[in-house]
Amino acid sequence: MATKNIAGVDVNVNEEGYLTDHSQWTREIGEAIAKEEGIELTESHWKVMEFLQKEVKENGALPTIRRLTKSGVVDTKTLYQLFPDGPMKKASKIAGLEKPASCV
Amino acid sequence: MKKVLILGAGTAGTIMANRLLRKLDKKDWTITVVDQHPKHYYQPGFLFIPFEMYTEEDVTRNKTDFLPKNVEYIQEIIEIIEPEKNRVKLQNGKSIEYHILIIATGTNIVPGEVDGLLNSSWGENAFDFYTVEGSVALAKRLKGWKGGKLVVHIAEMPIKCPVAPLEFTFLADWYFSKKGIRDDVEIKYVTPLSGAFTKPRASGVLSHLLENKNVNLVPDFNIMHVDGSAKKLVSFDEKEVDYDILVSIPTNMGDSVIERSGMGDELNYIPTHKHTLQSKAHENIFVLGDATDLPSSKAGSVAHFEAEILTENILHFIRNKPLKEDFDGHANCFIESGFGKGFLIDFNYDVEPVEGKFPLPIIGPMALLKESRMNHFGKLAFKWIYWNVLLRGWPIPMITAQMTKLGKKL
Ligand SMILES: Cc1cc2nc3c(=O)[nH]c(=O)nc-3n(C[C@H](O)[C@H](O)[C@H](O)COP(=O)(O)OP(=O)(O)OC[C@H]3O[C@@H](n4cnc5c(N)ncnc54)[C@H](O)[C@@H]3O)c2cc1C
Repeated sequence: MATKNIAGVDVNVNEEGYLTDHSQWTREIGEAIAKEEGIELTESHWKVMEFLQKEVKENGALPTIRRLTKSGVVDTKTLYQLFPDGPMKKASKIAGLEKPASCV
Repeated sequence: MKKVLILGAGTAGTIMANRLLRKLDKKDWTITVVDQHPKHYYQPGFLFIPFEMYTEEDVTRNKTDFLPKNVEYIQEIIEIIEPEKNRVKLQNGKSIEYHILIIATGTNIVPGEVDGLLNSSWGENAFDFYTVEGSVALAKRLKGWKGGKLVVHIAEMPIKCPVAPLEFTFLADWYFSKKGIRDDVEIKYVTPLSGAFTKPRASGVLSHLLENKNVNLVPDFNIMHVDGSAKKLVSFDEKEVDYDILVSIPTNMGDSVIERSGMGDELNYIPTHKHTLQSKAHENIFVLGDATDLPSSKAGSVAHFEAEILTENILHFIRNKPLKEDFDGHANCFIESGFGKGFLIDFNYDVEPVEGKFPLPIIGPMALLKESRMNHFGKLAFKWIYWNVLLRGWPIPMITAQMTKLGKKL
């Protein structure tokens, strides 16, 4: 495991740059990761990420895209516009959560 | 008398009925099984029908031929499960009360979940091979086909038997080569995954194989809709793939009875304890086969391994003993790769498919994650094993419910 300085703070990350300890995450860190990913965060981005964080807290796991869009937070088309090329991978990275497990 | 009620007489329900009947005390317990359909289909055989290797008759039997005489069988649609009342209602208005409920209602394809798929001349230019009707219709269409663009497309994960679409693609390459028209057929494999398969090492090997067979892999494709009139797939990020014949693996979902009963997640899969197979919400309800939400493959071999462990756990539950946390996600799948060859992969929750020998370390005779003729014969022999050993609830010689690491290159 490596540490990385993001937004002036040393945090633990895995080899792909996902935070391994969510308690180290702050909004500033989220904004810095978003910048690296080439994403300018808006209110809609935050709504998606807050939903992911809430789900992880309550269920211990990231929701699926289907669950996210069913919740009414965002529709799928918009989700792909907000986080192009793999929305869940990007959104969870910026939100300081684990990478979504690939399925079986 | 107390009752074990089994919902679904597919692979998993049938195995459980056979196993439990041998183990439960007949003085105290009766077993009832409910299923809506008289026929038992050997689903792995659906793969071979489009290529004229099997016919519908080859894969169809009567369900009752595999259920023991001392098990009560009711053919009816299950309307709703009422866990708080320990009761299940059938469509004919009858209810059945149970002490222990085993849910094995499987998973189905739901083409209506993919925008535009059902009005894209479904059954004419767009097909599935996950149902008997679909694979028979596809066989007819491929038979007279002169060539063009063939697209094999997975709508979203998870799907049952996640290797089946790859096998279909490998067999299509073989089938059109054999017919002498392979040069006139362009084959594309379109998937929401980042590679050919879900597990990294196997995905590498299988992606490479697609390349060798001149199949175009289109990864990270998340379908927005099918445009039937223009015959193309359109993704959310506006990529497009044209087809002449579309072979679709639509969204897979658990049966609607799970939704009606409020017992499932957003895909109607039932939250289940991954090592004991007890449902998370109700202690006298157990779930196995494709109906669970477990992160294991949805495959017949998995249902078979689960059944062995679940039988033990039902006995523990009856005797008020703690449940065994023995299920490790073990899956064992043959992958037909065309031209009379095949692969075999063996894996569980923690260990991905790797090279090695199976079932005996070093000796084999089957090679893991390597192409061989023996694996192809293994795949064909599986049909006989399925009807005669697996469904009857007998163990398959030398293959254990828990995965072994012996003989594997980890
Ligand atoms: C094309 C294809 C290829 C495959 N290849 C392989 C392979 O090579 N190896 C392998 O191991 N597995 C393979 N599989 C997967 C395997 O067939 C399934 O995983 C297995 O059959 C699951 O068993 P099950 O009992 O959970 O579900 P099923 O066998 O599907 O049984 C579910 C049963 O529940 C009944 N049911 C559901 N809802 C209701 C209701 N409301 N009322 C009454 N009855 C109901 C259904 O009628 C059905 O009989 C393949 C599947 C397909 C489609």
